[in-house]
Amino acid sequence: MAAASSAARGGLRVLLLDEQPRAGGQIYRDFALNAGRKAYLGKEYLAGRALVDGLDVANVRQEFGASVWRLEPGSRVVWSQDGVSRVSTAPHVLLAGGAQERPTPFPGWTLPGVMSAGAAQVLMKNAGLLPRDAVLAGSGPLLYLIAAQMIDAGAPPKALVETQSMRSLIGASRHLPRALLAAPTLIKGLGMIRKIKRAGVPRFTGASGFVATQTATGDLSLSFNSAARTRTLVTPLVLMHQGVVPSTHMSRASGVKHVWNDVQKAYQPVTDQWGGTDVPGLHIAGDGAGIGGADAAKAAGELAALNILHRLDRLSEDKRNQRAAGPLADLRQAMAIRPFLDAAYAPIPELSDPVGDTIVCRCEEISAEAIRTAHRSGAQGPRQVKTATRAGMGPCQGRMCDLTVRGILISCGAEATVPRARTPIKPVKLGELAALAPSQEA
Amino acid sequence: MTLDGAPIEALPGDTVAAAVLAHSGKAFRTTAHETPRAAYCMMGVCFECLLEIDGKANVQGCMTVAEDGMVVRRQNGLRRLNGDTDE
Repeated sequence: MAAASSAARGGLRVLLLDEQPRAGGQIYRDFALNAGRKAYLGKEYLAGRALVDGLDVANVRQEFGASVWRLEPGSRVVWSQDGVSRVSTAPHVLLAGGAQERPTPFPGWTLPGVMSAGAAQVLMKNAGLLPRDAVLAGSGPLLYLIAAQMIDAGAPPKALVETQSMRSLIGASRHLPRALLAAPTLIKGLGMIRKIKRAGVPRFTGASGFVATQTATGDLSLSFNSAARTRTLVTPLVLMHQGVVPSTHMSRASGVKHVWNDVQKAYQPVTDQWGGTDVPGLHIAGDGAGIGGADAAKAAGELAALNILHRLDRLSEDKRNQRAAGPLADLRQAMAIRPFLDAAYAPIPELSDPVGDTIVCRCEEISAEAIRTAHRSGAQGPRQVKTATRAGMGPCQGRMCDLTVRGILISCGAEATVPRARTPIKPVKLGELAALAPSQEA
Repeated sequence: MTLDGAPIEALPGDTVAAAVLAHSGKAFRTTAHETPRAAYCMMGVCFECLLEIDGKANVQGCMTVAEDGMVVRRQNGLRRLNGDTDE
């Protein structure tokens, strides 16, 4: 959103293809729909107004429900909307695909009633649906934010089951001096934790050994170990979260070089300070280029737009660098807290390297043991595991299992290469492909 | 709208998946191995919320805005190529 309005202000015509029904991404989801109601979503949510309003200019054409499923060199973008695919061309393309929640495989995570924590937040933003007596489990700043929003909405969680331990927090404390640059964010976080304590929400930390089963009455029974005891909570809804990871299907399918970020435990594209990639004409901004959060994404979008304006001779190098000072400072401040957050709320091993009959690939119902068996039978990398087991071949195309397959392969001593993503990166009906004619280019 | 023939309600802007969840927390569909699944991520990533909407099979309920008079059906098992149900 920030990149589109910056580019338009610089005199460019912009086509904005947004897969969601309305502007706002996930953070500012349905901002216009809520129109300032739902105060429980918090003050930060209101920052969405400027971003959404900034799109309402003549040079920006907004298309919603538009799924980009292929990107070709020379920047031909193939996208689907209402069952019709179209091709658009542009000298520059900016990917801003954001993040998804890290998959959290544990026994029972496919049961109805187990959802990602972010899903509950989407339901609050989209439909005003409040989770009742839900157990929030996992770790990360988003977990605290969602707990605080639930409390303010009058639907506090039944319990907060946190996977981070005192040890991980102490280990992370060496990053605190740098994080002090982002003091307002730290203070906001501490405020959320205080709110959770004040609301009397039971908290369990250092939790592991998660198992969910269905009870006779249709509720869920969630067991876990915390403080050397096994605990069981009965709840209609388990909301699990282990942080977010970049959405890289589009960038990987476009041929951009990707690397493993061992601090954030995720794959990410290699980009320069402007978001530029090794594919000509292709920039990436926001969480899709590495997790930084909403403020970092806005700054990165502005930087990418400045660089694109420069490449198109709308802005001299000096002017670009001059105007970049503000967003660069914003970006530095927003990123200052990441090393602390990444270390304090790192994913726990059992959720990145599950064992036994825990489902890894939800679409094709492939277990952790099946992945290990495939490796023992000679499957070396993610591609061979996919061929041997079908893990990653379902409609989500590996979004829910790529990272887990990697975790298992690493634990087996195998080399984990970056998994491939191929177009169409979203399912497209054969009839729609057949109807895609060159005459539809626009 | 209707869900498996029974009337359900949605507010303007709600996604179909939100409307189905508001109606009941039961499964949206069953898999090829007949295990029950319901909406999981609500943001278009996981494809667990696949529903039959207005005769079209395998539609992501979380990416579809609810509309007056929609005919929504849960999916049991995999869809056939022509989109027909298994019954």
